[in-house]
This record gives sequence, C-alpha cells and structure tokens, in this order.
Amino acid sequence: MNKLSAYKGRPGSLALRIMVDLSAALTVLVLVALVGYILYKGIPNLHLDLFQWTYTTDNVSMMPAIINTLTITFCSLLVAVPFGVFSAVYLVEYAGRGNKLVKVIRLTTETLSGIPSIIYGLFGFLFFVVALGWSYSILAGIMTLAIMILPLIMRTTEEALKAVPDTYREGSFGLGAGKLRTVFKVVLPSAVPGILAGVILGVGRIVGETAALIYTAGTVTGVASSLLSSGRTLSVHMYALLSEGLYMDQAYATAVVLLIMVIIINAISSLVAKKVAGKAA
Amino acid sequence: MNNSFKEKAMQLVFLLAACASIIAVILICVFMFGNGIPAMSKIGIVNFLTGTLWEPFADVYGILPMIVGSIYVTVGAIIIGVPVGIFCAAYMARFCGPLQYKVLKPAIDLLAGIPSIVYGFFGLVVIVPIMKDIFGTSGKGILTASIMLGIMILPTIITVSESAIRAVPESYYEGSLALGATHERSVFATLIPAAKSGITAAVILGVGRAIGETLAVSMIIGNQAIMPDSILSGARTMTTNIVLEMGYATGIHRQALIATGVVLFAFILIINLLFTLIKERSARNE
Repeated sequence: MNKLSAYKGRPGSLALRIMVDLSAALTVLVLVALVGYILYKGIPNLHLDLFQWTYTTDNVSMMPAIINTLTITFCSLLVAVPFGVFSAVYLVEYAGRGNKLVKVIRLTTETLSGIPSIIYGLFGFLFFVVALGWSYSILAGIMTLAIMILPLIMRTTEEALKAVPDTYREGSFGLGAGKLRTVFKVVLPSAVPGILAGVILGVGRIVGETAALIYTAGTVTGVASSLLSSGRTLSVHMYALLSEGLYMDQAYATAVVLLIMVIIINAISSLVAKKVAGKAA
Repeated sequence: MNNSFKEKAMQLVFLLAACASIIAVILICVFMFGNGIPAMSKIGIVNFLTGTLWEPFADVYGILPMIVGSIYVTVGAIIIGVPVGIFCAAYMARFCGPLQYKVLKPAIDLLAGIPSIVYGFFGLVVIVPIMKDIFGTSGKGILTASIMLGIMILPTIITVSESAIRAVPESYYEGSLALGATHERSVFATLIPAAKSGITAAVILGVGRAIGETLAVSMIIGNQAIMPDSILSGARTMTTNIVLEMGYATGIHRQALIATGVVLFAFILIINLLFTLIKERSARNE
C-alpha cells in the first residue's frame, strides 16, 4: 500500500487491488469472528458437570457423546480405510491403462463424493435401519459414514501411491520380490504419510457430521452399549441441544469442544502434510 | 504355486474392494429411487413437483416451495461467496507474501473443517439477530441463509480456484506485464480467464455444497413451507424439509420426504455431471 503512486492514473488496477485485499481480510475476519465469538461465549460455560460419565437432564453431560464420537470415528475408519486403500492399490498398481472398470470406479467415486450428507442419512435410514433391520444403531451410523468417507480415503491414497517413484517398484522387482510383496513391503509403507493425511481428513468429516447420523445412529443420550444400540455423537448432541432450545449455555460449551477437536485435527493434518511435502522434496 | 495363488487371491481382493464404490452407488440409487418413485407416482409427479402446498396432515404434498427455496439460497450463496472466494484465491496465488500465506492457508483449512452445526449455531446467535435489527423481520430467511452458505462455500471456492490460477503458465503473466499491463490487470485479464475452467469447477463444487447443506440452513432459514415472496422471507429447502419431518413421518408422508430426497439427488447428479464434463474439457485443453 506504500506504493500508492504506482496506481496513479490506473483506477481500475487500484480498485482491483483493494477488492483483493478486502476479500482476503474478510475471509480471515469471518474465521476470527466465528472462532472468537464461540470461544468467548463458550469457555465460561465449560463446567466439570458437562464431562460427567452419565447424562442426566440436570448435568447435560457431553461425555457420552464424546465417547460415542470416538467409537463411531474409529469403527468407520476400520471399515473405510481397508476398502479405500485396497481400491486405490487396485487402481494404481493393478488396473491396466484404458481399463473400462477403472472408468466406472472413478465415475462412482466422484458421484459418492458429491452426494450431500442428508442423502447419505436417508439412504442409511432406508437400507441399514429399515431394510436390514438394525434400527437406530451406531452400527448403521458407522456404515453410513464409512461409505461417505470412502471416496476421500480412495483419492488421497491414490495420490500417495502415484507419488511413490517407480524406481522403488523396479528395485523391489529387481531383488526378486513379487507384485504383492512389492505392494505391501515397498509401495504402501512409503505412501503411509499420504494415506494418513486422508485418514485425518476423514476423521474431521466424521466428527463434524450431523445430517447423516440423526436418522441412522439416532439421538439417544447415553453411551451406546453395543454396536446395535443408538447413541449420539458430539455434533448430533449439539443439534439436539439447539433443537430442544433449553440448553443454550451447554450448546456454547459443546461448540467450544467441537471447535477444539477440529483445530487439533487440522494441526495434525498440516503436520502430516508438511512431512509428505518434505519427503517429496 | 503357493505364491502365485496368493498373488491371484490378493489381486481379487483388491478388485473386490475397488468395486465397493460401485456397489455403494448402486445401493444408494436403488433404495432412493425405489422408495421415492412410487410415492411420486402416487401423488402424481406433476402435482408433486409443481404443487405449491405442503400439508402433510391433509395429504397434500407439493415441493415447489422447497425447490424454489433451495435454488434461492444456492444462488444467494454463489452471489456472496464466489466473488470473495475468487478475489481471495487471486490474493493467495499472486498478491500475498509468504507471511500472509502462512496465516491465510491454515485459516481457510480451518474454515473448511468447522462442522456445519457450528456454522448454523453461529448464524443463529450472531447473524440472525443482526438481520433482525437491520430489517425488522424475524431475522431468519433466505438472505440470512445465503450469507451463511456464502461463508461455508468459501474454502471450497478458494482452494480449487487458487490451484487453478497457479496452474496457468507463468509466461501468460509475463507476456501481459511485458505489454505494459499492471500486475492487477495481468492477473485479472490474463490469469483468471485462462483459469476459467478450474474456477468454474470450483463454483460447481460450491453449488453442490450449498444445495446439499442441511442443518446449518435449517437453523436460520425459518423453515416455512411456503413460496418465498422476498429474499427476507422465511423459506424451506429440500434438505431441511427432509431433516425436519423425517423423525415423525409415516406412510405416504415419509415416502414424500424420500421423494424430496430423490429430487435433491437428481439435482446433485446433474451438478456432478456438469463438474465431470468441465473437468474433462479442461483436461483435454492441457
């Protein structure tokens, strides 16, 4: 901005420059306002009561929801990661060029990643809850979310596998290893940071998900005692608090916990990304 | 022998895993269309799509107000989010120093990671009261939802546009400078037009996100199932229609909600198709 004289007689350029700076400032400002406001209003509402092991209408504890969130996140990854990684291995290491099946897989993966979470929720309800008779259960939620994050895991793994230099594979073949051994001992281990980055993105999506869970995992307040019992995650907990309308203070506190979770997930993800970039360099 | 058997067996395992996404899409289509189409034909497809009344208790199901609501908020989100997003992407790709980039990049990642329920909550406790003060309405309505969605699609627009702008060859920019254009003019008159297919893809992704967003919208749009008569009036989108009533709906009412999902799904499929076409076109241009 100290070079204002450079814009003399060029009002268009100056206007563009101002718009660009303003837009960038606005984007940061929105984030600061959002995070700042929620922390400012929420932190005073964080009481130990909110972290008791059982939920009652008196303490409105979010602890069961936190435990359910961890369970659902872990189990969804348990389903989605093997499928995602194996499909990526197929696409990168096995499928030949111009393979028709690969085209179909890409098309369906892209379709999956474009489907909004409410459609996943509806489908999960129709298929897992009603057709398979699981009723509202965290298992139904887990399977729904696993399908939802599958394209994410696939895409990031694919990119990670493609980034592994061919010399690694050739070296392994040269030493007499078979294809399978090469994949598991050479290619996959060197792709781990990239795969991990995808997994972390998946965790972020699961933690923030609400619409896909309300009608699959349900909104029961306690810790789910088995895979076939219902339980709400932290995001669903927050939604329930807001729609009941009686617990604004607790909703602020829940928002703080959710935000902190997201910030931690993002920090880990950028650490991993740095590691991937460092390796590539 | 043993080894080659293992190789073959694992190859089959990989292949089967790769088919998971195909199976998932087939299942989703079968269950959505299988449950939604019968309801639509029972209500009458024309009545369902063009009916302006949604009165489940009278068994009247017309989702035109919701289709219009979805289109309004999506267009609103695009009008608000896209210019800011593209300018911000230009800033990140061509205007800022490494220090500003180090602040902006994580900020945008964080914006992308914030759960939609938290956005909805922020909209409810901050934007709704502001709108109420300014316009003297309830504060909930299409404009409020558009602003919120405009913010929510920012990270998508920025990230995809930024990489599209960065992918333009440096020579375009240098050529423009050499012709005497200013830095700004070079960026906006050569780089951004050259990146237009990538930026279009970003906008389409943003449309997909905005039209599919559910809970954040349901908190701040008012949810009246009526035809909106101004951008300040309350409305209901297809997504919120589903999430609001699915909990207690039974029989034909539930099927009508699933049919609402089918219509939304059709919208999404069209958007996806557009996205794929544009991506293919830009890949061919390279």
